[in-house]
Amino acid sequence: MAPKLSTTQSSSGSNKTIQTTSQSPFPSAFSALFNAYTQNTTSRLKFIDAFLVFLMASGILQFVYCILVTNFPFNAFLAGFASTVGQFVLTASLRQQVNPENKLEFKEVSHERAFADFVFGSIILHFFVYNFLG
Amino acid sequence: MSTAFPLPTNISPTTVANTASLLRIVAFGLISGAAIASRLFAVINFESIIHEFDPWFNYRATRVLAAKGFYEFWNWFDPTAWYPLGRVVGGTVYPGLMATSGVIYNFLHYFNLPVDIRNICVLLAPGFSALTAWATYMFTAEMKDPSAGLLAAAFIGIVPGYISRSVAGSYDNEAIAIFLLMITFYLWIKALKLGSALFGALAAIFYFYMVAAWGGYAFITNMIPVHALVLLIMGRFSGRLYVAYCSWYAIGTLSSMQVPFVGFQPVRTSEHMGALGVFGLLQIVAFASLVRSHVSSKQFQNLLAISVVTMGVLGAGAFVVMTYKGWIAPWTGRFYSLWDTGYAKKYIPIIASVSEHQPTAWPSFFMDLQLLIFLFPAGVVMCFRELRDEHVFVIIYAVVASYFAGVMVRLMLTLTPVVCVSAAVALSTLLDTYVEAREPDVPEERTEASGNSVADGKKTKKAGAATAGSQAGSSAAAAASSTISDFVSATKSNANSRQKGIWGADARLVIILNAIGMLVFFVFHCTWVTSNAYSSPSVVLASTNPDGSQHIIDDYREAYYWLRQNTPQDAVVMSWWDYGYQIAGMADRVTLVDNNTWNNTHIATVGKAMSSPEEVAYPILRKHDVDYVLVIFGGLLGYSGDDINKFLWMVRIAQGVWPDEIQEPNYFTPQGEYRVDDRASETMRNSLMYKMSYYRFSELYGGGNAVDRVRNQQIPKVGPTLDYLEEAFTTENWIVRIYKVRKEDSLGRDLKTANAFAQGKKRKRGKPVSRRRAIV
Repeated sequence: MAPKLSTTQSSSGSNKTIQTTSQSPFPSAFSALFNAYTQNTTSRLKFIDAFLVFLMASGILQFVYCILVTNFPFNAFLAGFASTVGQFVLTASLRQQVNPENKLEFKEVSHERAFADFVFGSIILHFFVYNFLG
Repeated sequence: MSTAFPLPTNISPTTVANTASLLRIVAFGLISGAAIASRLFAVINFESIIHEFDPWFNYRATRVLAAKGFYEFWNWFDPTAWYPLGRVVGGTVYPGLMATSGVIYNFLHYFNLPVDIRNICVLLAPGFSALTAWATYMFTAEMKDPSAGLLAAAFIGIVPGYISRSVAGSYDNEAIAIFLLMITFYLWIKALKLGSALFGALAAIFYFYMVAAWGGYAFITNMIPVHALVLLIMGRFSGRLYVAYCSWYAIGTLSSMQVPFVGFQPVRTSEHMGALGVFGLLQIVAFASLVRSHVSSKQFQNLLAISVVTMGVLGAGAFVVMTYKGWIAPWTGRFYSLWDTGYAKKYIPIIASVSEHQPTAWPSFFMDLQLLIFLFPAGVVMCFRELRDEHVFVIIYAVVASYFAGVMVRLMLTLTPVVCVSAAVALSTLLDTYVEAREPDVPEERTEASGNSVADGKKTKKAGAATAGSQAGSSAAAAASSTISDFVSATKSNANSRQKGIWGADARLVIILNAIGMLVFFVFHCTWVTSNAYSSPSVVLASTNPDGSQHIIDDYREAYYWLRQNTPQDAVVMSWWDYGYQIAGMADRVTLVDNNTWNNTHIATVGKAMSSPEEVAYPILRKHDVDYVLVIFGGLLGYSGDDINKFLWMVRIAQGVWPDEIQEPNYFTPQGEYRVDDRASETMRNSLMYKMSYYRFSELYGGGNAVDRVRNQQIPKVGPTLDYLEEAFTTENWIVRIYKVRKEDSLGRDLKTANAFAQGKKRKRGKPVSRRRAIV
């Protein structure tokens, strides 16, 4: 578990060089961000991020549907939307907890514990989602 | 290392730890016992009976739940309340309390323990008070240490501010809500400390339970976001905050919408929008900090800061627009009345008319909290000294709850836990300081001096310190020979070398004895207040005979039992809304209005009938199929909570709906006095309420002076007459009077002429026999 999460740090210097050499600030800033992200993030975190992006897309889709088409079974919409939002923040929490940069902050939460928390929270959340779907 | 008193040295640390935890368990057991026992005064002095007004409804609903099961309860439509409208009980009730009792009931019956549902209801509040003590212990232990936790548990166990809502028989939502409040706060603090989604989810589950149990859940809904927001503003954003808050909010909000009475409110009303706003803000801040961890250019940082601010402003703007457009309900009147204490009186008299919604009087702070109210600020200051994240929570809680407790009497209840916690922190810090055996280290020569002075045993610590100081002081100090300058130089040298501390065992003893003395007085005060002020069921009244023995006044139950035995099952009883739940619970008859004051117009109708003359009231009564009218009258006994004293609220509420027909000033004398004697205004004397209260009152005194003992006024010798109602029953002490509404005359005359005709025919009409007897 541990060895995979070690390729971090020591790339802020390279970011700065990218930043200063470019002409227009915005694209370079974003490309810098993208580069830093792809370089510094472990594959495990990227996997979590992919799930987050999926959840966000799903949530946006539901929201757009609610606004453009109908919100008629409002409880069903809320349940679906809360399911994506809730899953999103729980996953984001998991990401925070297993992110090696936050190691000092979450001294008492091991990776296994973080995943157990995530599972527990998700089960509770989806129990209520299921109850609320109607 | 010198010690003030000898310490045993041959004990291993494990033994100490084990003994400490054993002592904690024993102490906690005793605290639970004390918490439960002190709430049993009501049962011992009176009997195992449900108290007051609202608990009667909860009890009735629980009986339905226990007898018919949860689904029946959930779908229960009660046609006997709010006649003729009825009430959808399942959707207009916080079911947590009833569900709790139902679960306990079924649990006990599963094990063949046939406990009556009434006893479960009566003893639920004391039982939960022990759990509250435990939750407070855990909460305070997070703030400081387990010893402060034990003190807090002991405080919350016996403090009158909490007992007032949780004596045996006080079967109200608050009985379990305070436990849920404290456990939710504890889990929130724990989640925040550890950054654990598990505790966040647990906090959400207990939050759900709280939502199901008490309307005061909005306090948690706003306290936790405010805490998170303050931490954000203080620059204390951390991953732990994100994890704790988001897991709590996402699950808690969804779960709170499962309660039918709450419904979609968490996404539709302003009270809940703060929590949503902080949730959104945290997402933005978390994302920003994530991005910042990857890119560290100055330019990008600025861009980020600007975008965060823009999104915040946009969010606030969207909120305003949505409120304006009506997608989000604006703040309710109850909320406004928290900020402007005069608001309710002006716009919603029905809220202002409830006595527990009045602003708190100063003495009640002392009455409810006694010495804790002095220790409370000290504890808050202690929190400032450390100011970890959880201390910020206590500080915010203290400020908010103090304000609310000042605005409304009933919100004293939310202040009490934080007062107990802070007071426990303060007192335990004091005790820690003075029980600690180690004395401050002093350079060698001083040690000798102070050691000598301690050995002498006569000198105080100051003297000891002074000797030490003056000995250590340079020869320059020799010139100043007076004790004062000695002392000054001693304190100076102490201050310079940080020699603060307590020397000697006697100095410790003085403070500790003093603290213990205060605690003993606190216990006496709590016991006294509990037994005398907060243990009355208010259904049964007690007075003292001249010889000191107790005299029970049981008029309420007498009247309700009469109704139950002598009227048809579907008889409609009209009374002021205070007594609606009791009539439904004890007499099992149909009521027009009750304590679930959801329909202001209906209540105003009853108010109008009560405050109008007979001729006007009669059509209203007939239209609502009223068979009996019930009034509470304390004039004979001096019972001040009667309907004549509440009458002005009936007038005000009726005036709110029919300003043309009912006007409050008409009920006062021209001098602006509220009188019931022969100077009472015409409108007052003609009102149905006045007539029903004083009907045949002066006959009771023979030819003597009929005195209303609540208002200390003489009632005119010629009392009011009634044409459209007839007296049906009056209880022993005249507290409850029941009148029967006459049917239309069979010959088509109006009742007034029919009555006059009947009286002309025979001088005395047969009056219903009443079992009253005059007691003085």
